[in-house]
Amino acid sequence: MPKTSSPALAAAPPLPATANPAAGTPAAAPRYGRRALRAFLRNPTAIAGLVLLALVMLGASLAPLFYPDDPLGMVGRPLLWPGRQWSHPLGTDSLGRDVAAGLMHGARISLLVGFAATCVGLSLGILVGAVAGYRGGWLDDALVRLIEIFQAVPSFILLVVLVAIAQPSVATIVGAIGIVTWPTIARLVRAEVRALRSKDFVVAARGMGYGHGRIILREILPNAMPPVIVTSSVMVASAILMEAALSFMGLGDPNTVSWGSMIGAGRELLRTAWYLTALPGLLIVVTVLALNLIGDGLNDALNPRLEKDS
Amino acid sequence: MTTPGRLTRRFLRTALQAIPTVLGIVILNFLLLQLAPGDAADVMAAESGTATEETLAALRARFGLDQPLLLQLLGYLSNLAHFSLGYSPRYNMPVAELIGQRLPGTLLLMATALALAFVVGLLLGLVMAATAGRWPDRVVSVLALLFYSIPGFWIGLMLIVLFSVTLGWLPSGGYQTIGGPSGGGPAEGLAALLDRLRYMVLPATSLALFYVAIYARLARAALLEAQTHDYVRTARAKGLPAWTVMTRHVLRNALLPVTTMAGIHLGGILGGAVVVETVYSWPGLGRLAYEAVMARDFSILLGVLLLSSLLVIAANLLVDVLQAWLDPRIEAS
Repeated sequence: MPKTSSPALAAAPPLPATANPAAGTPAAAPRYGRRALRAFLRNPTAIAGLVLLALVMLGASLAPLFYPDDPLGMVGRPLLWPGRQWSHPLGTDSLGRDVAAGLMHGARISLLVGFAATCVGLSLGILVGAVAGYRGGWLDDALVRLIEIFQAVPSFILLVVLVAIAQPSVATIVGAIGIVTWPTIARLVRAEVRALRSKDFVVAARGMGYGHGRIILREILPNAMPPVIVTSSVMVASAILMEAALSFMGLGDPNTVSWGSMIGAGRELLRTAWYLTALPGLLIVVTVLALNLIGDGLNDALNPRLEKDS
Repeated sequence: MTTPGRLTRRFLRTALQAIPTVLGIVILNFLLLQLAPGDAADVMAAESGTATEETLAALRARFGLDQPLLLQLLGYLSNLAHFSLGYSPRYNMPVAELIGQRLPGTLLLMATALALAFVVGLLLGLVMAATAGRWPDRVVSVLALLFYSIPGFWIGLMLIVLFSVTLGWLPSGGYQTIGGPSGGGPAEGLAALLDRLRYMVLPATSLALFYVAIYARLARAALLEAQTHDYVRTARAKGLPAWTVMTRHVLRNALLPVTTMAGIHLGGILGGAVVVETVYSWPGLGRLAYEAVMARDFSILLGVLLLSSLLVIAANLLVDVLQAWLDPRIEAS
C-alpha cells in the first residue's frame, strides 16, 4: 500500500503491535508452521488463554447436561443471592431464573456468535481482499473505495442500524457483525496478496500455466494466512463484545439468553442485586481475555521479528 | 515550499480524495433508509392515528415516495445539501436540530475520554518500555490486555456499584446536579465546572479504559522502536542521564505514531459512547441513538450514522494534516 494512503482507510485497527506479522516463505511453510506451533505452546500466557477458553467451551457444551430445561424458565424464589441455596449455586434473578443456567447457556450464544460472525467476516474479507489485490486496476480501485466507505462508518453504530432494520435474531446478528468486520480482513489480505503476487514462486506457478483461481487458492492465500490468523482470534473477541453490547441494549435475540441481555436485565437491580450484573460480565471478560491472550501468543509465534522486544 | 502552503495543498488533496467516500456513505445511508421498515407516509399515518389507503397514496405522492429510486436519491441528496435529515415524529422536531442538541455532549465526553486514554496510556507505555522484558513490563502488559477485554458498559455499571452505590462518592448518571450542587439554584463559574466534572469522571473512565490499553501498547512499541536509532546511542554516549534521553530523544519521536492514531480511533469511540451514554443517561448522540432504536425511529438512527461517519472523515482529514505538520518528510505532492 502506498505511504500516502487515504486516512479513511485506517479506521478501527486491531491492537497495535499485533498487526503486520511477517508472512512465511513458501519453501519453509511446513517447518515454519511447526516452529510457530512450538513457539506458541512454549508461551505461558498463550497457554493460559487456551485453558481459559477451553473452560468456557466446556461450560457451554455441558449446559444441556446440567440444565436441560429452558434457561428462561422460572425455577425458584426470585433474587436469591449466590451461595444461599445448593440447588441454585449462583442464585436467581428477579424472575426466579437460575443464574448459573443462564451463564452456561449464554456461553453457547456468545461463542456461537463470536465464531460464526468471524467466519462470515473472514470469508467476505478474504474474497474481496484477494480479488482486489490479485486483479489490481479498476476493480482494485473500486473495492478499496468500498473498504474505505465501510471503515469510515463507526462500526458499532452501523451494527445497531443493521440489526434494528433486520430484526434481532442470532442469524441477523451474526450477519451484521460479519458485515461490519470484513473490511479489516479485506485490507489485510489485499496488502498481503499484492506483496506476494510478484514473488518468484507465484511467477513460476503462472509460468507453469496454472489458472488464476489455483494460483490464488494454492499459492498466494496459504502464505498470506499468518496475519489473518492473528487478526481472526482478535475478531472473535470483538464479535463477542459486540454481541454483548447489542443484547445489553435490548437488540439481542429475544428467544435466547445471552450474557449481554443478562447484564441488561440485571442493570435494573444494580443497587440491590449487583451480582446479576457482575457475574455475566466477568464471564465476558474471561472469554475475551482468553481470546486476546491467544491472539498475542499467535502473533509472537508467527512473527519472529518481535521476539527481540519481549 | 513554505509550511502553510504545503499544509494547504496537503489538506486540499486529501479533502478531494474524501469526496467519493462521503458520497458512498450518503448512498449507503439512503439504501439503509430504503430497507428500513415503513416510510415517512407510514410514520405520519401512525402519528395521526388513522389513514385510508387513499390518504397514504396521496401522502406518498406529495413526498415523492412513489417516484423511482434514483429520483428519490436525488431528492435525498438535495435535502442533505440543505442540511435536512428528515423529521422525527417522536420528538416532534427536525432530526438535524435534535442531533445538533446532542452533539456537544458526546464531543465533550469523547474528548475527555480520549485525552485521559492518551495520557494514561502513554505513562503505562513509558513504564513498559523502560522495563521491557522484566516483571513491571509483563504485569502492565497483562493489565493492558485485561483493559482491552472489558466491555465498556459493564465496567461502567461496576464503577457505579463501587463509587456511587457503595462509597457514594460520585453520581451514577446525568450530567449536572439539578438545581445546582448546593441545592440553591444553578451554580456558576468554578462550582458549576466542578459539578460537571464529578458527573464526567465515571463515563469518561469507562469509555477510556479500552483505549488506555491500545495507547499503552502502541506507545511501548513506538518507544522501543525509537530507542534503536543512532541518535539515541549518540545521546547515551554523550553521557546524558537515562531520563533525559527518554524524554528528549526517544519520547518525542515516538509521539508521532501515537498522536496520529488518536483521530483514527474516533469512530470506535463514537460506537463506545453509544453504550456508555446509555449506562450513565448522558445526554449525547449515543443515548439519542439508543432512544431511536427503542422507538424504531430510523430517520434519527440514520441521521446519527451519517453524521458520525462524516465526523470520522473530518477527524481523519485533520489528523492527516497534523501528521504532515509534525513530520515535514511527508510530501505534499
